[in-house]
Amino acid sequence: MAARGFDDVVLAAPVTVPYVRFSTRGAHWFLGRAVAQLVAAAKIPKQRIDGLAVASFTLAPDTAVGLTQHLGLTLRWLDHVPMGGASGIVSIRRAARAVQNGDAEIVACVGGDTNHTDSFRRNTASFSQFAQDAVYPYGSGGPNTSFALLTAYYMRAHGATREDFGKLCVAQRDNALKNPLALFKKPLTLADYLNARLVADPLRLFDCVMPCAGAEGFLVMRRGMAEQLGLPFARLLGAVERHNAFPDDPIQDRGGWSLDRDALYAQAGVGPDDIDFLETYDDYPVINVLQFEGLGFCPAGGGADFIRAYTFEVAGSFPFNTSGGQLSVGQAGAAGGHLGIVEAIRQLTGQTLGARVPNARHGLVSGFGIINYDRGICSGAAVLAAT
Amino acid sequence: MSQVAKRPKRKNPVERTRQPTLPPPTRSRVALGLTAAAARGRLQLQVCVDCGTVQYPPREVCRACLSQRLVWRRQDGAGELISETTLHAAQELYFRERLPWRIGNVRLDSEVNVMAYVHDAVGAPPCRVRIEAALDRAGQAALIAMPQTGRPALLDDPKLREMTCDPRARKILVSDGKSAVGQAIVRALAAAGADLIWIGVAEPWKQAAGFDGLRELPQAKVVALDVTDSHSVRELAGEIGGKVDIVVNTNDCHRAFSLAARRGVETAQLEMDINYFGLLRLAQEFAPALKARAADGTTNAIAWVNVLSIFALANYPPHGTYSASKAAAFSLSQNLRAELRPAGVRVINLFPGPVDDEWDQLEMPPKLSPATLAAALVDALKGGVEDVYPGDVAQDWVARNLENPKALERELGETLR
Amino acid sequence: MKAAKKKSTRKKSTAKAKVRAPARRERANLSDMLISGGAHLVDLTQTLSPDFPTIVLPPEFGQCRPFRMEEVSRYDERGPGWYWNNVSFGEHSGTHFDAPIHWISGRDLPNNSVDTLPLAHFIAPACVIDCSAQAKADSDFLLTAAHVKQWEQRHGRIPVGAWVLMRTDWSKRKDPVTYQNLDDTGQHTPGPDPDCVRFLANERDVLGFGTETIGTDAGQAAHFTPPYPCHYYMHGAGKYGLQCLCNLDLLPATGAFIVAAPLKILQGSGSPLRAFAIVPAK
Ligand SMILES: [Zn+2]
Repeated sequence: MAARGFDDVVLAAPVTVPYVRFSTRGAHWFLGRAVAQLVAAAKIPKQRIDGLAVASFTLAPDTAVGLTQHLGLTLRWLDHVPMGGASGIVSIRRAARAVQNGDAEIVACVGGDTNHTDSFRRNTASFSQFAQDAVYPYGSGGPNTSFALLTAYYMRAHGATREDFGKLCVAQRDNALKNPLALFKKPLTLADYLNARLVADPLRLFDCVMPCAGAEGFLVMRRGMAEQLGLPFARLLGAVERHNAFPDDPIQDRGGWSLDRDALYAQAGVGPDDIDFLETYDDYPVINVLQFEGLGFCPAGGGADFIRAYTFEVAGSFPFNTSGGQLSVGQAGAAGGHLGIVEAIRQLTGQTLGARVPNARHGLVSGFGIINYDRGICSGAAVLAAT
Repeated sequence: MSQVAKRPKRKNPVERTRQPTLPPPTRSRVALGLTAAAARGRLQLQVCVDCGTVQYPPREVCRACLSQRLVWRRQDGAGELISETTLHAAQELYFRERLPWRIGNVRLDSEVNVMAYVHDAVGAPPCRVRIEAALDRAGQAALIAMPQTGRPALLDDPKLREMTCDPRARKILVSDGKSAVGQAIVRALAAAGADLIWIGVAEPWKQAAGFDGLRELPQAKVVALDVTDSHSVRELAGEIGGKVDIVVNTNDCHRAFSLAARRGVETAQLEMDINYFGLLRLAQEFAPALKARAADGTTNAIAWVNVLSIFALANYPPHGTYSASKAAAFSLSQNLRAELRPAGVRVINLFPGPVDDEWDQLEMPPKLSPATLAAALVDALKGGVEDVYPGDVAQDWVARNLENPKALERELGETLR
Repeated sequence: MKAAKKKSTRKKSTAKAKVRAPARRERANLSDMLISGGAHLVDLTQTLSPDFPTIVLPPEFGQCRPFRMEEVSRYDERGPGWYWNNVSFGEHSGTHFDAPIHWISGRDLPNNSVDTLPLAHFIAPACVIDCSAQAKADSDFLLTAAHVKQWEQRHGRIPVGAWVLMRTDWSKRKDPVTYQNLDDTGQHTPGPDPDCVRFLANERDVLGFGTETIGTDAGQAAHFTPPYPCHYYMHGAGKYGLQCLCNLDLLPATGAFIVAAPLKILQGSGSPLRAFAIVPAK
């Protein structure tokens, strides 16, 4: 049975708490600033927010519950979404159903984390039970190890080259140079990419996201509310999620998108050809390729040919990760899954920080999260449209 | 063939002694089943009793049928290396100090994926491999992809060598070198390339057959050591404690008496004084220095070996008081392990069955020759294990004990009749 | 039983008489003599240490526990202002005293354990027989009755109730291996032969026999008839033993008094002790 559509649910008030490499502040600070920026952007009193969806890795010992008291929010709908890079998409889905059903009017979706000098190691060491038991003890490489293995496999199995991945990274950097909030300010050449220091063969430095501190946020409400508040908005045409897809694949070379894309496009009433820009979850380039394939922009295993056939700058033939993506903006923990959504809202409402995709009508955002053991577990995608 | 390690250069005395670091030691409780098997050098994975599905990483319920009846079963480890990477960056100091590391994904024929260290001798993926389990320096199980054919040693891989306690080029104290077992162990360690072997001798006025031959070994140095005498242990620790890389506790007082067969406690006290208090005295005097030198260059302090007895697991009434003293020593060895583990110094316990010596004269074969026991000890040092049950009797007992300790107790009780 | 009792009573009274006479004479001036050089003291005791060897018996027998010492505290967290040890040892470790109850032949004698011995026996004259040359030449040297009679020709008859001490200079062997002098036929140390022991116990009615070696018997005495004759006959006759003595070379053949008082251990068969000699000037 097809899922019910999202009617007139919209996304508005895209905000970013500027990223810093390291911070002495707690996660509560970054999430609190995100809520403050949402309130300011929407020009509403804090009390008007009656729903909150939170994603964060560094909030412990608190959850979203602690954050309500910390921020003085009285809510009638609350969710904590611990799905890493899929949290943004999943938050949209949860929040959209809440406002559709009248469980909340204005839901703030925030994702953010702090980053202390040793917090990435500590988060990685205790990331999941399987990671603690069966991954971290093997060299403590964290996600670098897992993605190196997936990348090496993909390259061998499907004929992709370092140059293919490099082309995506170089394009993202070009996009980031126009985004004042991106942490990476220097141009990246393909030679820089290819010759960077080895991290985990075949991954080199510019294949790996840089952990940092920061937050992203947006509001979910019905169209009428956005109009009443005078807020530019993007319409939610469709959204899907999937967890632990293809558990019997020996190694991950596809994600849950392959299972859900038909439903997504049917719900949205558009197809891949209608998409004007794509925001993927991009902690490592190989995962972008799995999203190209999974979301139907090219056949399975055809990622390399696809990359060779297109250009990925904002002004290119396939505008992609238009703010620079995590690889060139930075990965502020769980904010990474919100980054593409916030950028898509900006693109579709004409509020971009950097370059704007001309005449963009439809944007596709996808998320990917939680390398629980040997593969990413959570996937999701949403189609947004300009008014 | 192990690489021939040259005798390492002497340490520069003005440089700070490196402090030990460890791989991450934390595991969930259920994952310790892997460690329990690896401690014996075995690969065991969880298998569902109800549907037969093999599980990895360790789980609380079956991934296929949700049954909670998961049992640990030995696996052959056959599978395919499907991807690999060489890590050039690591978050933990232990790995960072030893970069790079070869890590791979292996799809076992039992349809589970394991992440594993990849031995140097393994070719590029895709290729057939065999997964083995060994203990890492934190004392936790580590899975290692080995070539499908041939049996290269951990020692042959420069990184995996870290999981061993290779006696080659090391300075070793054998606490009692007079017994037949002690002599065999000295000879085996010398053959394994030990740099120096201090041979402890108590009551020097008592001659032991064959002992004088040990003096001809170029590595041998006979030292006075009576583990019943705290002063003697302290004196020797003061003299050589800062140089010993491996302590092998071979002290053993074995009298074949049940509690009813020997009036009074004098004999039992002597057994206790040597087997239990002897270990305690050695540990108190030597363990602190071992800990301090646990990262001291390539011939660092690395291991402590106790020659216990299979009778430590369950009381063998004909040797009842001896069994009790070995059980006490076993218990204390667990304390010692807890003390030494944070430094990465491995405590290896050997639980031999009856040895072909005077005190096991009346035991039925199969009996372990001292040379076989010594070979098992050297193998343990060269591998990644901490619990060793040499010989058929020991293997039989440990299996029976694991299966049903009460049944073993009853069976052993029958031996008095 | 009756004979033994009678014998013991006699010995007791004679020993008492023997000691009382000189004690009475010298009580007033013993300290003066020591100060003035009229007498001096000689320590006959080996230091009681864990390294000091104990008697070797086949391992299936019960064993004499060697002297051991465990520190209780040493001005540390176990006792901030004081130092002390717990010690443990067999009754027959270090320089030690053997009471008649030690041997099966003396087990039924009255007052045969260290706690019941007559106090008067703890000071007694000494006859020192120098066998050092013979022991040097032959580790298995045996002292015979003939040797003793030869000695008496030079130094006079051994008085009743005296210690007979066999000087061998064995205590000068500081290496425990040569001190024990074991090979695969057992121990090789000097001692008395069975006749000699019978002669001293029965015909000279000595207080006891003392040696520098680890036993009052010779190293090979297990093969004698009876085995361990010095233990068997001496203790059977209510006599004592002293072993692991030292400094016998500093004693005159006659004239010295031995102070040898074992610990008062309930039903004790012997004990380590501080043995010394009072040697009057000639
Ligand atoms: Zn099952």
